[in-house]
Parts: sequence; C-alpha cells; structure tokens
Amino acid sequence: MSRTVLVLVAAGLMAALLLIGLALPRWLLFLVTLAASHGIVSVGILVIMRGGLVSFGQGLVFAIGGYAAALSFTQLGITDVIVLILIGTAAAALVGAAVGPLLARYTGIFFGMLTLALSMVAYGVLIKSPAVGGSDGFNIPRGTLFGVRLEGAGGDYALYALAILVTGIAATAVALHTRSARGLMTRAIHGNGLRVEYLGTSVQSVMAINFTIAAALGGLGGALTIVALGHIEPTFAFWTQSGEFVFVAILAGSHSVTAVFIASLALELVRSFSNLYFPNTWQMALGLFLLAIILFLPAGIGSLWAGRRKASPSSGGETP
Amino acid sequence: MAGDTRPVLSARGLAKSFGAVVAAAEVTIEVPAGEKLCLIGSNGAGKTTFVNMVTGYLTPDAGTIELDGETITGLAPRTIARKGICRSFQIPQLCIELTAEENMLVAIAAAEPRGLSFWADPAAGGRDARARELLDRFGIAAMADRPVSEMPGGMRKLLDIAMALARRPRLLLLDEPTSGVSAEEKFPAMDRVMEAVSGQASTIVFVEHDMDIVRGYADRVIAFYSGRVISDGTPDHVLSDAEVKRYVSGGAA
Repeated sequence: MSRTVLVLVAAGLMAALLLIGLALPRWLLFLVTLAASHGIVSVGILVIMRGGLVSFGQGLVFAIGGYAAALSFTQLGITDVIVLILIGTAAAALVGAAVGPLLARYTGIFFGMLTLALSMVAYGVLIKSPAVGGSDGFNIPRGTLFGVRLEGAGGDYALYALAILVTGIAATAVALHTRSARGLMTRAIHGNGLRVEYLGTSVQSVMAINFTIAAALGGLGGALTIVALGHIEPTFAFWTQSGEFVFVAILAGSHSVTAVFIASLALELVRSFSNLYFPNTWQMALGLFLLAIILFLPAGIGSLWAGRRKASPSSGGETP
Repeated sequence: MAGDTRPVLSARGLAKSFGAVVAAAEVTIEVPAGEKLCLIGSNGAGKTTFVNMVTGYLTPDAGTIELDGETITGLAPRTIARKGICRSFQIPQLCIELTAEENMLVAIAAAEPRGLSFWADPAAGGRDARARELLDRFGIAAMADRPVSEMPGGMRKLLDIAMALARRPRLLLLDEPTSGVSAEEKFPAMDRVMEAVSGQASTIVFVEHDMDIVRGYADRVIAFYSGRVISDGTPDHVLSDAEVKRYVSGGAA
C-alpha cells in the first residue's frame, strides 16, 4: 500500500468512526474513548517491538503523561484538553529521551526487566507522595475544548471525537514510520543487529529514538485517559497496567496498527462484560481469550488482513 | 591508484591473545591503494582475527591500525565502517525475513549521512536505483523481491558482498568470498565478484583457501601461521615458500 493510499484510508476510517460515534450510546462512546487512549500506548510498544524488544514498563510513560496533564489542570489551571494532551505527550517524550539511550544499551530480557523496574520505581514514588494524592490519586474536573466546557452527552462525544482524531493521526504517523528508511532499519536490527552495526549504523541510537517515540505515544495515551476518566492514581504506573499494554500488542501482532485498536477495544469489552457477569473471574475470561488468539492466530489479529507477503509476492508492504 | 603514496591501511605490531592462544603476534601489514591482497593460512592461523581487529570487532592488545593515516585502533565497527572500511562475511550476515532489495536499501540508508531522508520512504532519494544497480552488478536483481530466506546460499553470499559495497568503501574486506561454492564454480563466482566490485572499491583484502584462486586474483599474498605473518610477497613468491607449503597450502602448491 502506498503512503498516499495509507493516509487516505486512515482519514476515511477516522471519518467513519466519527459518524458511527453519533449513533453510539454514551457508555460505548466512553469505552471506545478509553480503548483508543490505551491502544495508542500499545502502538508505542509496537514501535519498539519491531526492533525485537518488548517494554514491560510503558506504565511509566503512561503515568508521566497522565500526571503531567492532570497536574497542569489542577495546579496551573490549564483546562484546554488539547493543550493538556500536548503537555502529557511532551513530558513523557522528555523522560523517554532521557532514559532511552540508557535502556537501548540492553537487549532481550534485560531491556524488558529494566523498563519494568523503572515503572515500579515511579509507582513506589507516586504512592508515597501525598502532594499528588498518594495511593488514592486525585480527581480532575472535565476540561474545555476551544473554550467550551465538555459536559453532558455533547462533551462525551467531543472527547470521543478528539480521541479518535488524535490517536488516529498518531497511529497513521507510526504506520508511515514503519514504511520509512528508519522503519526498515528497525526491522533490520531485529533481523541482524550485528550487520547493521557493520554497515555503519548505531543500533543503540535507532532503538533510543524508537523508545522516545513510544514514550511520547505512552504520554499521549495517559493524558487522553485522564481527560476522559477524570481521575488519576499510581496504578497507572503499576506492572499490571504495563502488562495490559503488552497484552494488547501481542493480541494485535506487529503487522498492523489498526489491529492494536481492535485488540484494545476487545480487551475493554471483555473487561466490562466479564466484570458485569462474572466479576471474580474476569481475568480468566481474558486468559482464555488470549489462549484462543495464540492457538488460532499466532501472529495476532492483524495477521487476518496484513503481513501475508509470502502468499502474494507482488505486494509492496504491510497494510496499516 | 597513481599518486597515492600513503597506504590505505597500515597495521603495525598488532597483538591479540585469547588466554594462552595467540591469535596475532607482531602482525604488520600495509595495503597500498588499488592492491588486491589475499590472506592465506590454515584454520586458526589468525586471518579472521586480523580482519576482526581491522573492522573493530576485536580491540588489539597492542599495536596500531591506521586508515589513510588516521588511527582507528579500538573504534567501534560502525565508526570504522563510516570511515570507509566495509566487510563481507564468511557466513552471510543478512536479515533473512527481509527481501534482497530491502537488505540493499538498509545498507544504502546506513551509508548515507543521517538526515530527514532517513524518515522518508526507503526507496526515496535514489536509494532504489542504487539498490537495483548493485543487485544488477551481482546478477541477483531477479531475486530482488524475494525474502532472503528463500534465496539459495550462493546468492546470499553475493548479496552479503553487495551490501558491503553500498558505501563505496576505501577498503573492502572479503572473508572467504567463495566458501560454500563448489570447486568448478569457484572461478566463475570469483570472476563475478571481482567484476562487480570493480569501480565500487579498488583496494581489497580477501581471505581465501583455494590456491588456484589466490594465484588468479591476488596482486600480493600474506601467509599466516599461528598468529604470525610467515611470508609476504607476490603470489609466486609466497606460494613457493617452503614454510608456506608445509603449514598452509600442504602439497597442493
């Protein structure tokens, strides 16, 4: 798929989702908003995963984006949700740029464990910080968009639309990045990092930048989440939250960013329905779901429509 | 070739040992511009250790390595590659899930100075044309869209060398370019490599075991034995050396 076609398809998809949103009940609008906000964090994991690494600590950047946005609201009085999202994204990207070069020195399980450790340190600090609400966290009132306060059904739809557009644009950028020379280099690092070094490219610097991109996306997701949820707490950085992001990325497979959002929505749906009908065993339902995916779609949901290059040698690349 | 008085590569007094095993001792080698130098020696004689020290994979315990008069001893492989020393591998080092063309594009993108084009389409900025040109030179353009995992061994070998040329290196190191090729195909294979390389790189150091190939393609030969250079000169001179016959080429020469 060419880059122009990709952008057109993405724009069409976003427009369709905006229209569909008009017909959705409020609870589902909220669910999709959360699924999009969480999904974009997993898209970030995909950026790292294509280079052969998995971060088990995206909760860190998710929490940083969330807290940065939430504190900007409560402490600085910034209410515009777009500005809050930009602040969350920038804060997480800065942290990613700072720790990325350190993390990129490691590979495999060491990388994964270090990211996990960093996120758990953040969790520990947050839980002991009464200034930001300690383990209870704090609430954030509904923000504004272009000066209008986001309340009622209209406000819910506006947040939904914002989530679709912001995550849609970010995911399209990631899909374009996959098709860039950088994206190809990232795949080559996964395939043979030693050769890439011998060709004159620093594997570490490519992976550090990938980590920074993933951090920015994580912060974006965190900020979007608190804007919609109206609440933040240290569990944003807890390992189960990071695990969920990895879970969604694996569920989706590394072929397609669209699949990540489908997987994220599936997770939110399974969670809310299981919570309703068998509240004590909902994790089991999730486990069975993952098991079914691993058995029947080992390359993830995305492999249903993307990444079948072997069957059609003429195709030029992956679909979004 | 002409007018260049300084050697492209100058290695002086290189030493490297792994525990009690001496992989290099007092290795001094100068390679003038335009020369095709062949390294011979039995397994473990120190040829690959030399190649690994020159390309930065190993840091010598002692000695210095200079490229065009600039010291490169102990630099990382990527830094040395950027300065103009590129290598191919005895066992091709490719990304097997990528296609031949994608592997070439990776090599070409790696060779360019970092800029905005790194964020653009891999085929943009003439990269695709350069990739096709190099694949064509090695006669593997027909396989361009095939994943490397579906390519036969001989073609992988050629692709590996083509990738080393993406940068038009000052010095090209070929580690056993014809290994894995049957005896009767060695000459055509080497012909193809040398023809493809011409114009892309002129100063070449290659490791080879087949003495007929050595005689046919090298301007100069250096024989290694247990980490030391035991003979250095024209192919005729080195291959008729008694010590070389005993330790390296056996009775064949």
